[in-house]
Amino acid sequence: MNLSFKELLDSGKFVVTAEVAPPKGTNLEEMNHHINLLKDKVDAINVTDHQSSVMRFPSVGGGIAIKERGGEPILQMTCRDRNQMALQSDLLFAYSRGIHNVLCLTGDAIPVGDHRQARGVFELDSVQLLHAIARLESGIDLGGSELNGAVSFCKGAIVTPEADPLEPQLSKFEKKVEAGAEFFQTQAIYDLDNFAVFMEQARGYPVKILAGIVLLTSAPMARYMSENVPGIFVPQHLIDELKSAPKGGALSKGIEIAGRMIASLKDNSVCDGVHIMAINKEEVVPDILEAAGI
Amino acid sequence: MKSITRQKPYEEIAGQLEKFSRVFLVGCGTCATVVRTGGVEQVAAMEGKLQESGFLVTGWTVIPTACDEMTAASAQENETALGNASCILVMACALGVQRMSLYVKKPVIPALDTMFMGMEESPGYYVEACDQCGQCILGYTAGICPVTACHKGLLNGPCGGTNRGKCEVDTDKDCAFTLIYQRLKEQNRLELMKYYHPPRNAQVIPKPRVKYLDTEGVEQ
Repeated sequence: MNLSFKELLDSGKFVVTAEVAPPKGTNLEEMNHHINLLKDKVDAINVTDHQSSVMRFPSVGGGIAIKERGGEPILQMTCRDRNQMALQSDLLFAYSRGIHNVLCLTGDAIPVGDHRQARGVFELDSVQLLHAIARLESGIDLGGSELNGAVSFCKGAIVTPEADPLEPQLSKFEKKVEAGAEFFQTQAIYDLDNFAVFMEQARGYPVKILAGIVLLTSAPMARYMSENVPGIFVPQHLIDELKSAPKGGALSKGIEIAGRMIASLKDNSVCDGVHIMAINKEEVVPDILEAAGI
Repeated sequence: MKSITRQKPYEEIAGQLEKFSRVFLVGCGTCATVVRTGGVEQVAAMEGKLQESGFLVTGWTVIPTACDEMTAASAQENETALGNASCILVMACALGVQRMSLYVKKPVIPALDTMFMGMEESPGYYVEACDQCGQCILGYTAGICPVTACHKGLLNGPCGGTNRGKCEVDTDKDCAFTLIYQRLKEQNRLELMKYYHPPRNAQVIPKPRVKYLDTEGVEQ
C-alpha cells in the first residue's frame, strides 16, 4: 500500500526527501529526468519556487510533473512573488491537481536573483502563509469568504539550526509550529554535535525534523559555503577531508561524507529524516543513498 | 524627519528640458537644503550648468519650505521671472514639485528623485525610518520597525538570509530582527519575540490616502 507523505512521517520511518528545480524555459526534459531518477528512491520530492530569486517555470508546474510520474511532490511556496490572493489561488489549484504537501518559505530577496528591478511582494511571511493554509483548510479564505471545496495539506517549513544568533530563529520556529507546521526541513547541517544540541530543543515540539544535507563537491566549495552562505557552517575537518581526496575524487568524497552523515543521523535516531539537496548534481542522489545504506 | 532626495542624472534633467529654452529654478530651504540637493549652493550650481548647456535661466529662488503654502507666496513674488520662463525646474522633493504645480500654469519638472522618509541617526547619516503603513507595531518590536528595517518587511522573525546580525542583501546593513531581539532582551521583554503578527492591512486607507480636518480641527 502506498502511504502518503503525511502517513510516512507519522509512521516513524526515517524519511528521505530530495529536490528538483524547474527549468529556465519550457524544456522540461532535464527536470523530468531528475524526477524519474528520484521518484522511487525517495519518499517525496521538493520542487523549488524560483530558487535564488531566478525566474523559472513555476513550482506548481513541477509539482504536477512529479505527480504525473507517480512521485510525491512537496510544493515549495515562497512569499516573494505573490500577494495573498495569488498564493491562495495557487494553493487551490495545487490541491485540485493532487499536490498535498507544501513547504512554506519566505523566499530569497529580489536583489540576489536575475530580476533585480522587480518588486518583492512579501505581503505574507512564512508564518502568516502557514496560518493562511490552516484557514483555507477550515473552508474559509483570508477575505472571510467560504470556499466551495476546501484544501488539506501536509504543511512544512524550514529552520536554520546554525543561525547566528540562534534565539530569534528559534522564536520563529516556535511560531511556525504554532501556525500548524507539521514537518521541518533544515538548512544544510554539517556539524552533527551542534545539530544534536538543536534537536534536543526541537524534540520538545510535536513536529518531524528532516536534516538538510547539501552535497559538498570540493574543498573550495565547502569553504565558500561556510564563509558566505548564511546559516551554513562546515567544520574544518570536513574541508580537510575533501582536500585529501585524490585528484578528481572530491565529488566521490562528498558523496561519502553525505552518506556517512545520513547513516549517523539515522542509526542514532537523531532526527526523523533527511532532505538531500544535491544542487546541480541530482544524478548522484542515488549514490548518496547507497553510501548511507538506504 | 526629512524627505530624502537625490539629484537625477544631469542628462535626464537636460533631456526633460529639451523643449524649453527658458528655465526658472526652485530650491527648498528645508529638507533639500539639509541633504544638499536643493539648497542655495546646489541651485546656483544648477544655474551655471544649465547656462553652460545653452539654457536661459530667467531667475531662481529657494522657498523656505516648498511643500506648504509658502510656495504660493513665492510664486507671486517671482511672478515676472516665472512669466518669462517656459518651464520650472524644481530642486525639492516631490511635495515641492506638486505644490509648485498647483500655482503655476507651466510645466514643472523635477530635478530630484524622492527616495525615502529619513531620520538623521547621526550627523549626515539618514536612515529610512517609516513606511507609513498606518498600523504601527513599534510597541511590540522595541522601537525598531521591521516593516522598514528588514529588507523584506517581515513581521514574524528573521528569514534564512540573516548572517551574524547582518542582512544577506547588504552586509553593511543590520538584520532588523537581531536588533529587535537584542533590544527586547535588554528590556527584559523577550516574550514579545513570540508574539504572532497577523498580515498587515494594505488598505488601511485606500490610495490615494487623504486626511481632512475641518476648520474646527475635527477630522472628517
